[in-house]
Amino acid sequence: MIKIEAVIRPERVSQVSVALQDVGCGGFHYLNVTGQGQQHGVEVFTGRGGRTATRAAMPKTLLVTVVKDDMKEAVIEAIVNSARSEGEPAIGDGKIFISPVSDVVRVRTGERGESAI
Amino acid sequence: MDSGSIAWMLTASALVLLMTPGLAFFYGGLVRAKNVVSTIMYSFIAMSLATVVWLLWGYSLAFGSGSAFIGDLSFIGLQGIGIEDGEGVPTLLFVAFQGMFAIITPALITGAFVERFKFTTYLVFLVLWLTLVYAPVCHWVWHENGWLWDMGALDFAGGTVVHINAGIAAVAAAMMVGKRRNPGMEPHNVPYVVLGAGLLWFGWFGFNAGSAVAADTLAVSAFIVTNVAAATAALTWGLISHFRSGRMSAVGVATGAVAGLVAITPASGFVGPMGALAIGFIAGVLCFISVEIINRTGLDDALDVFAVHGVGGIVGALLTGVFAVEAIGGTAGLIEGNGAVMGPQIIGVLATLGYSLVVTLAILFILDKIPGLGLRVGERDEDEGLDISAHGERAHVRDGAD
Repeated sequence: MIKIEAVIRPERVSQVSVALQDVGCGGFHYLNVTGQGQQHGVEVFTGRGGRTATRAAMPKTLLVTVVKDDMKEAVIEAIVNSARSEGEPAIGDGKIFISPVSDVVRVRTGERGESAI
Repeated sequence: MDSGSIAWMLTASALVLLMTPGLAFFYGGLVRAKNVVSTIMYSFIAMSLATVVWLLWGYSLAFGSGSAFIGDLSFIGLQGIGIEDGEGVPTLLFVAFQGMFAIITPALITGAFVERFKFTTYLVFLVLWLTLVYAPVCHWVWHENGWLWDMGALDFAGGTVVHINAGIAAVAAAMMVGKRRNPGMEPHNVPYVVLGAGLLWFGWFGFNAGSAVAADTLAVSAFIVTNVAAATAALTWGLISHFRSGRMSAVGVATGAVAGLVAITPASGFVGPMGALAIGFIAGVLCFISVEIINRTGLDDALDVFAVHGVGGIVGALLTGVFAVEAIGGTAGLIEGNGAVMGPQIIGVLATLGYSLVVTLAILFILDKIPGLGLRVGERDEDEGLDISAHGERAHVRDGAD
């Protein structure tokens, strides 16, 4: 089993959701996060409109899902295709992190492993 | 009695009351999310505590005959004021209207010490400050026995009594309480700031036009110059922020509106619309510069109370003398050739600055020494946020982990 965590643009969330369901990944959740990557945060007014500062607070959405091993490549491809900006791909389109998961438990039934996903 | 004036003054009094919750939102939006309830409460509690103080002895000390410097105790608990007393409008209505000014003035000061001032000590401070600073200055300027009134100092709606008074007291408070440990970089809720400024602007029509204490042409004149000054200063501030950084700050426009309203306050019964335009523009520029300068000093006047209310009040008081039109308020200003009007304006400004600074410092110095009081919350309470540590409530609560 594979955990996929993807940092994506908040405005691409609905397209990513559709793409995930289309490849059969029916369970995932989103976290709204802030941080910085190559975009280096956002410039904001700090006080009464006189001065600005750059804050490491670029709004992003973190997608988290766990899938069966054989779905890994299909899900990654679905995210890449749906999260990428239309037109020219741009800095800030996001990043995907993949890691192994040792076990999964379905709370309702106590099922374990891939059948619990 | 004039029923039209009574109707307008009842309305104006309610409008001025609404300025205080407006101020609560204006200030509440500017602080960090963990100090919103605390910041709003500093203002909101003034609506109850200052009303009680005003009823018991505040009005009497401000508007009792007394001496040139302070009233007396003849109206304590509003004794001796019958419901039929008064000319034009009932005295009781004047008491109510003036009571609204006594609410918002100490609330203005709180912008200097938000995010760190101990709430219980603030309650004591509020009572002492109204008694020892607000009531005397109010008496000097607005009672016919007052020495500034006698000298001919012009303050239609409270540029000295309310704004310079609160602005310099804010400096004293910021000095005594010290800097915040970790000030936030951004206002936590810009819509709150704009909503608050909108309510202030709306309520200010009662503040200034109500200071005619009648439903007459002077009230109409005060109404229009109030709007002109607020609009001009807001636009000025917004344009400065746009020229400085390429974008127009909403907080900047809101702050500019307040600066314009402050500056027109003393002038609102004396100047015409073009004078108001000039006052709004000059206040917008000078208050903006003051914010920049004071932010570079070590003084943590957190929400720029002095830069907006102190400087705005001083600019307004002096420009009242410059732009006064005899046909409007009965006094000619510098431009109409009456240079003599400037002397009392300058003296009024200096006297208010000096008296309020010294007495506010003294009150805070003593409160800091009293066991069980003290000015500042503990470091952990400050880090946790005053909403939880002082009030046990949070501004924004969602289900789940939050």
